Amino acid sequence: MRLSPDEMIFWQQGFLKLNATIVFTWGLMLALAAGSKLVTRRLSKDLARSRWQNFLEIVVGFIVKQIEEVGLGRPRTYIGFLGTLFLFVAIASLCTVIPGYEPPTASLSTTTALALCVFVAVPFFGIADQGVGGYLKSYVEPTVIMLPFNIISEVSRTLALAVRLFGNMMSGAMIIGILLTITPFLFPVVMTALGLLTGMVQAYIFFILATVYIAAATHKTGPIPEPEKEPGE
Amino acid sequence: MLIDWFTVGAQALNFLLLVWLMRRFLYKPVLNAIDAREKLIAAELADAVAKKADAQKERDEFQKKNQEFDRQRVSLLDKATTEATAERQRLLDEARNAADSLRARQQDALNRDQQSLHDEITRRTREEVFAIARKTLTDLSGTNLEERICDVFTRRLRELNGEAKDGLAKAVRASRGPIPVRSEFDLPAKQREMIQKALNETLSADIPLRFETAPALIGGIELTTNGQKVAWSIAEYLALMDASIGELLKKGAKPRDTPEIKPGAKPKPETRPDTAKEPV
Repeated sequence: MRLSPDEMIFWQQGFLKLNATIVFTWGLMLALAAGSKLVTRRLSKDLARSRWQNFLEIVVGFIVKQIEEVGLGRPRTYIGFLGTLFLFVAIASLCTVIPGYEPPTASLSTTTALALCVFVAVPFFGIADQGVGGYLKSYVEPTVIMLPFNIISEVSRTLALAVRLFGNMMSGAMIIGILLTITPFLFPVVMTALGLLTGMVQAYIFFILATVYIAAATHKTGPIPEPEKEPGE
Repeated sequence: MLIDWFTVGAQALNFLLLVWLMRRFLYKPVLNAIDAREKLIAAELADAVAKKADAQKERDEFQKKNQEFDRQRVSLLDKATTEATAERQRLLDEARNAADSLRARQQDALNRDQQSLHDEITRRTREEVFAIARKTLTDLSGTNLEERICDVFTRRLRELNGEAKDGLAKAVRASRGPIPVRSEFDLPAKQREMIQKALNETLSADIPLRFETAPALIGGIELTTNGQKVAWSIAEYLALMDASIGELLKKGAKPRDTPEIKPGAKPKPETRPDTAKEPV
């Protein structure tokens, strides 16, 4: 039994190899980029717009709003990284309904890669925002004694980020695989639906946690926007 | 080993590539489109606000003009009404004045006509009355009457005293020639003697007299010399009455209550014949 799609290797040349994780990731990347390109090819700047454009605007608007709500000012600076995190994880989970597909996020390599990206992105954005001194100073706050704990915290949370996503995604796929051998018909469908929900939740958690870490590193808390008023109000 | 480090590196690269792709194809264009639309909406809202403000301003201006127009209209109407009222009053006054003056002229003409008619009637009546009286008295004049007239005249001569007597004496003395004594009828010798005697006795002198007849003296005798006159005649009474009636009519012509002279009314002489003052 395969625990990770890494184990499904299509091609290998020494250290280089092409496994299912990379292939499915490319597929997702292609789908996302091509879909975006298709929809945004004829973007309308008027009031009238297409359904797909509406959908993408809702998604992007939601991400921007979430980033603002967490407390990051200038969400356009971070939406490239954070938004892509969310969309990649979410789409990777959603695609589990496709037979034969294995989510790349069910690979600990992928989640580790994503976690490492966050691990690098946090000091990157922190330094970009408040300078090297300003960022490093945050490790000795409130006192110097806290320095080792802060470093441990930084590393452990990255590890937790990676393992959490991997565990959830892998377990979903594993449970479906196991259940298919026991109760092949109805139960796996229910579990797949549950897995979709779990995937969406994990995508959201991963995205929010990364946002929170970056927000903590930048200390730039923009004004929390007021909740949008309903038209009826 | 669950972690394949080559895969980790590849996935990290893949992810970074995906970040770039998504930024290039999704976030940037979509956010730009949203921004453009928001700008468009903001511009349209601002435009709407400006238009609303303009409309409000124009409405205010229009209302102001309307109010101004109303006020002018009311004031013009008031002015026109006042002028019309004044004009009407002026025309009414003019018409009233014209009517008044016309009525006054008509009244004057009527009064004049009435007065002239009245005067004419009065004059005719008076003339008729005196003509009748004169004729009657002329007809009645006779010996007895003449004697009686002569008696009255001689008694008057005798009763002269004071200034009248002195004046007469002076006049008689100043006169040259006989003193004329006129009467309507030719006096008989007896009466001539009576008169001569009475005068002589009164003035204590012999005075020459010349007796003449004068038909105008209706039933009367008259002695005239140097502005002094002693007389008695019915014509004198008639003349006095005539004068008196004439005066009365003149007075009565002014007020409305002009006393009408009835043809049958007798004129009252102010003095009795025997006490009448002699006209000097």
